[in-house]
Amino acid sequence: VSQVPVLIPLSLLVSALLALLAGLRDPRWGHRISLAGASVSFLLALAGIRAVWGGGEALHYALGSWLPPAGIEFVLDSLAAYMTGLITFVGVVALVYAPRSLARETPGKEAFAYPAMVLLLTGLTGMCLTGDVFNLYVFLEIAALSAYALLAIGDRGAPVATFRYLLIGSLGGGFYLMGVAFLYFSTGTLNMADLQARLPDLVESRAVISAAAFIIVGLGVKMALFPLHFWLPDVYTNAPSAVAGLVAPIMTKVSAYAIIRIFLDVFPSGFLTEALPVASTVGWLSAGGIIFGSVLAVAQQDYRRMLAYSSVGQISYVGLGIGLANPVGMIGGLLHILNHALMKGCLFFIGGAVRYRAGVTRVPQMRGLGKAMPWTMAAFVVAALAMIGIPPTAGFFSKWYLLLGALQAGNWWWFAVIILSSLLTAVYFFRTVEMIYREPVEGAVAATVIMDSGDPGPRPGTGAAEVGDPPASMLIPILVLGVAILVAGLMNVVIVEALLERVVAPLGG
Amino acid sequence: MNGILANAPLYAILSSALAAVAIVFTGEKHRNLRETWTVLASLAKFGFIAAMVPGVLAGERFEVALVELAPGISLALRADPAGLLFALSASFLWILTSFYSIGYMRGGKEDKQTRFFAMLAVCLSATMGIALAANLLTFVLFYEILSVATYPLVIHKGSEKAYRAGRQYLVYAITAGLVLVAGTALVYQMAGTLDFQGGGFLPADAGRGVLVTAFLLFFVGFGVKGGVMPLHSWLPAAMIAPTPVSALLHAVAVVKAGVFGFVRLVGFVFGPGLTGEIGLSGVLAGIAGITILLASFIAMTKDDLKARLAYSTVGHLSYVVLGVALLTPTGMLGGAYHIVTHAAMKITLFFCAGALYVHMRYTKVSELDGVGRRMPITMGAFAIGAIGLAGIPGTGGFLSKVLIAQGAAEGGEILFLVILLVSGLLNAGYLFPVFIRAFFRSSPKHTRYDEASWFMVGPIAVTAGLALLLGITPDALFRFFSVASDAMASVVAGGGP
Repeated sequence: VSQVPVLIPLSLLVSALLALLAGLRDPRWGHRISLAGASVSFLLALAGIRAVWGGGEALHYALGSWLPPAGIEFVLDSLAAYMTGLITFVGVVALVYAPRSLARETPGKEAFAYPAMVLLLTGLTGMCLTGDVFNLYVFLEIAALSAYALLAIGDRGAPVATFRYLLIGSLGGGFYLMGVAFLYFSTGTLNMADLQARLPDLVESRAVISAAAFIIVGLGVKMALFPLHFWLPDVYTNAPSAVAGLVAPIMTKVSAYAIIRIFLDVFPSGFLTEALPVASTVGWLSAGGIIFGSVLAVAQQDYRRMLAYSSVGQISYVGLGIGLANPVGMIGGLLHILNHALMKGCLFFIGGAVRYRAGVTRVPQMRGLGKAMPWTMAAFVVAALAMIGIPPTAGFFSKWYLLLGALQAGNWWWFAVIILSSLLTAVYFFRTVEMIYREPVEGAVAATVIMDSGDPGPRPGTGAAEVGDPPASMLIPILVLGVAILVAGLMNVVIVEALLERVVAPLGG
Repeated sequence: MNGILANAPLYAILSSALAAVAIVFTGEKHRNLRETWTVLASLAKFGFIAAMVPGVLAGERFEVALVELAPGISLALRADPAGLLFALSASFLWILTSFYSIGYMRGGKEDKQTRFFAMLAVCLSATMGIALAANLLTFVLFYEILSVATYPLVIHKGSEKAYRAGRQYLVYAITAGLVLVAGTALVYQMAGTLDFQGGGFLPADAGRGVLVTAFLLFFVGFGVKGGVMPLHSWLPAAMIAPTPVSALLHAVAVVKAGVFGFVRLVGFVFGPGLTGEIGLSGVLAGIAGITILLASFIAMTKDDLKARLAYSTVGHLSYVVLGVALLTPTGMLGGAYHIVTHAAMKITLFFCAGALYVHMRYTKVSELDGVGRRMPITMGAFAIGAIGLAGIPGTGGFLSKVLIAQGAAEGGEILFLVILLVSGLLNAGYLFPVFIRAFFRSSPKHTRYDEASWFMVGPIAVTAGLALLLGITPDALFRFFSVASDAMASVVAGGGP
């Protein structure tokens, strides 16, 4: 059991390599190995969750038996267990979903897509499990590079959008690395626990203050914190649906996780709220991002671009939790990582299913699909209600904690922002719901394919006649996420008490 | 508490939720079986609610706590007299609506009947949840479900006008829901609990500013569903829905959920004492009074029968709000009792309007000349409902109105006495012409007896009878009046005025 922290990224790394080799001969074997690797890591993550559940000791593993602070340490505490459980779960679901969708949207590129997806999971789980700030950078870049590769294989606009992401993302990574370097100069260590022990004496140091600034800005770019979000909408819009359903739920969240980790477990408590008012800055930027993302989402006609702007807004809820810097608010932010991952994954997969069946990506073209794809659209309604925050779906509860956090902090502006953005979210999701459940226009699907020339559309011979729920390998992931949204909502107290309350303990209260 | 009754509140909610699932899976192909689910669920639901009445009157409280929704706040149900009063009227009228809907939907050859029956069942589950919620968060949860579940019923017709009404409805309902969530968060921050308690649970020392803010948030949250002006305009627009929806949801369940929210707010969250202290009861009563008068005037100008009834509903909902806002025990009793009496009377009128539409395709008052000869039972029932709403002695409407008036007199609010009197006259002014035209004018079109289907006429006769009974012997049927009295007693006993 003590090796679980390192086994999770390791099993993923190994299966990524094997999948690449096998995939060159036969992409189907590449997929099978990838899925097996992701499943193993998911089971390991569950074992990890069980170990720390309800107050169990954190698992430590020193890589190569080099004890910290000299060696690299992997730590599976309740926050890491929570994150890896989520990442590997979404990974498995996305890999189940991927083959049909990729074969339709990006034929011929699957062989490289599966290993890249698993490599992305490697990077993301590694970021959550490492106890070393430099090692975190390494995993950050692994995740980033595989994400660039995955995103670039999408539609026509994808390479350009991804190149822009690459430039900005590298800049973000560079900022982070610079911050780590400053920390190393000042303290002589890279281990998080060690840093936390040494930093209290150095809070006056200019180097430490600059380090904090660099790190937060760098991770802020990666997290798409407003106004550093501008790379995101194009990237998500052009990505293949299966990739969008993997990247959108977890990629930016893990950077948010990194900020939370650094905030809680590296810098001494109070440093980022008082000495350097990072928390409130992040909070105000997030409040701006919530409004900005929601307003622009209302203005979109393309389903995927609407979701992308919505992501800008939603990731900012996590930022708001950081900004509140009180236990309730932070729990709201952490819970929203999970909730939003489930909702957004579900929504992007639904977009892929619609594209697979009807060949359309714009909201006005989705008219009448409620009747044609009943199960898919039932899941859409659940996910949409969760995005708005209607109880008892998961989305309500993270907002509830955030609202209480805002009240505790006495911040009426953020309180109002949460309410207002829920309203805007209701506007763009109910608009879509109304369109979906309208009576289909005769021959509408065929006509819309021609209008949307930028989209490859269904292959010849598939058209209105084939419209129905997608094949099981796509439908089941959608339904699993739909049910998970409800379960996560009703189980929120269990999750909070068993895992998250301990995470936010450093904030006091 | 023992045996099956211990969890009766839960079963009351589940019965129609399960029915909704069964309805969806049965589908249009087996429509007789599908309608069987609706009828069975409505009977079961009412059975569970009615079975709790003796226990609750004897002082028992049926409590069920399910999962924890947020740390320290459970999804909890509790059947107390106030909740039972609302649940009793809504679930009883659902039985009649079930039969009526069958006649209406089949008679009118409506589309999407499966969706209609399923969503109606979900709405009733949510309504029971609102009535029986033990704390504010559970209340909000069901309130939001009700908002969302009503939407497909509003857009049922599928016309542009229906979608526009649906959008308008959603804007109002979702805004109200979110505002309610905000208010709830604020209350939790102040009190550290959300459990309803007779006489209120908010600490008086929380500071006037926050208390007023919270009260205003709740005012918007409940006022929208309760049709309090100026938050009412979604309600007349929503009349585009099929008439059973207008009858059950937009005269009984949904709108009453809003005014029932005011009962909970004043009686069980703030408490009459604190509501008076922060000085907002007068404002609330004033707004309710203005709504009563304005709605009556607007109703007079409407030729469309359902629009006229909709504005009449807006006015009568504010009777309840007014009764609550008077803060005197008698006034609150009258308000609570008006939830029941108005439900019985107004559903009768809507049922009649629906029968006229399905049978004759009449929607306007001006078309009704002489129709009383053709459909005497329908129009006779209409007359009973209209007389009751005007508050003529001997009807249920008279009793609740007198109680509210007495409450106003006790509080020394002569102005509201005048408003009540004037509004009674106005009610007569816009409702009496409907049946007077039908009976006392003749038309060559209507020479012989030809009623709508018994699926519709039967429920009409029963609700009209109920409207009469509630006035003559208020306690005979299901002991509505005792339940209402107990509800107010629980507010007073909890430390009210």
